[in-house]
Amino acid sequence: MSDLSVKICSVEFSNPLIAASGTFGFGREFSEFYPLSTLGGISCKGITLAPRDGNPPPRIAETEGGILNAVGLQNPGVDHFISEDLPWLKEQNTRIIANIAGNTQEDYCAMAEKLSDSDVDFVELNISCPNVKSGGVQFGTSCESVGAITDAVKRHCKKPLMVKLSPNVTDIAEIAKSAEYFGADVISMINTLTGMRIDINTGRPIIRNNTGGLSGPAVFPVAVRMIWQVYNAVKIPIVGMGGVSTWQDAVEMLMAGASALQIGTVLFSDPYAPVKINEGLSRFMDDRGIKSVSELTGSVKPW
Amino acid sequence: MKYDSRPFRLVRNEQLADGIFDWTVENDTIPALASCGQFANVKVFGRTLRRPISICDADERSLRLVFQVKGEGTRLMSQMKVGEEVEILAPLGHGFELEKGKRYCLIGGGIGVPPMLFTAKQCENPLVITGFRDKSLVILQDDFRNAGAELVLTTDDGSAGRKGFVTDVLSERIGEIDEVLACGPIPMLKAIYSVCKGKVKCQVSLEERMGCGIGACLVCACKQKPKDGEAFMSQVCRHGPVYNAEEVFFDE
Repeated sequence: MSDLSVKICSVEFSNPLIAASGTFGFGREFSEFYPLSTLGGISCKGITLAPRDGNPPPRIAETEGGILNAVGLQNPGVDHFISEDLPWLKEQNTRIIANIAGNTQEDYCAMAEKLSDSDVDFVELNISCPNVKSGGVQFGTSCESVGAITDAVKRHCKKPLMVKLSPNVTDIAEIAKSAEYFGADVISMINTLTGMRIDINTGRPIIRNNTGGLSGPAVFPVAVRMIWQVYNAVKIPIVGMGGVSTWQDAVEMLMAGASALQIGTVLFSDPYAPVKINEGLSRFMDDRGIKSVSELTGSVKPW
Repeated sequence: MKYDSRPFRLVRNEQLADGIFDWTVENDTIPALASCGQFANVKVFGRTLRRPISICDADERSLRLVFQVKGEGTRLMSQMKVGEEVEILAPLGHGFELEKGKRYCLIGGGIGVPPMLFTAKQCENPLVITGFRDKSLVILQDDFRNAGAELVLTTDDGSAGRKGFVTDVLSERIGEIDEVLACGPIPMLKAIYSVCKGKVKCQVSLEERMGCGIGACLVCACKQKPKDGEAFMSQVCRHGPVYNAEEVFFDE
């Protein structure tokens, strides 16, 4: 049996699959399907300094090979997360990543400070949410703003810092380099691609927010390309995501340069996907005599 | 674990009316757990999202799911063949809460009618009011009669049953009943609640575009104000689909 464990910033994950933020809540619902230790880690629903109601519904629309969503960061706030959700999550024998989003740089720093004294394993800086009016992606679309927020949060954060990048940019490799230069320990990528669907009978956008974030198999090739570009531009590890649905997708994204993976949208059609992907990945590694997941990372042989 | 990954088998797939299909699916363990007002989330090959369908009826080994073809996913469902395996997550959500000794009035509008059949079977001598746009969409009338319900049919244009709305009947008969249970389009639910308000309790089953179906992804939001608590954004798939009408904000 091959070893599926991966180490990122000296934190060991039992396997490379991490639930992607926003698709898994704080884990309780999925614990009714399998022990959460099935996953290497959980990136929790994005949290903000104060609780948020999120956007009015509808918040989701199906697209060919994907979905658009615009939840708008509905969450109970960082204090509630630390006191009510985190203690339970820490008993589940999996790594916990707190995903934080803010309106201002001060919000991000205040949350990083609170989380520094908690039991989370990583802080993931969400500067790529396309579905809120202020904050979110406005911090994530230029090298200067990504550098500035990474630098500021890093000074307040005692946990390893994962910076989650937006694909809605001209040159993602330059942005990744800026995050690395200003102290990011890990890059996670990609967040959703901004999209839109219109109901032709009513003339109204299907999503009440008008636009939403596209995820699912439709974005997978974009994610693979971007991860490969960033892998060739930075030295810090990459946690890859974007449409991973099968074990073959997992192998492909690891080959492009990811050290671990987040999976999200596939959980909506198949909550058991992590079990199946890990089984397939393990078989593939056994068949090829690959002893560690890290051997796959960046192993693509480009033409 | 609460859920089970074993698939169901499609044993019946018939067209009931224009664009309305009637499935029976079998599985050894799950159907027995269903209660009225809950739903099933059906995996459709090649689609990114499952399709949430209300449970029309259930017994020890089978679920009956009656659905309307609204888009590509439900069209694919309507074309599935008897004998095929189907992945279904069920039973999901919070259904109708029933008390012994009450006379219930069950109201269904259009594709909101099917879940009221399973509900009618749990009630004693219920008054069932079903409303449809016209004759071509009328379904399940014999099923309700066989379940022992007192049945009233209305259509918007009078092409079958009484001409008018379900609320016309409800207004006349509200003195005879203790509580209303309803499922259908939002304007109908609002009209029903305005008749019930201050007179009898009312539970409504809501519909919203869903993602995971289990309460994790937060896409099917509905503002809810519990009687003794603060208003919050609840999930239709988990806190609902059935709510006390006085606790939901229909317009937000």
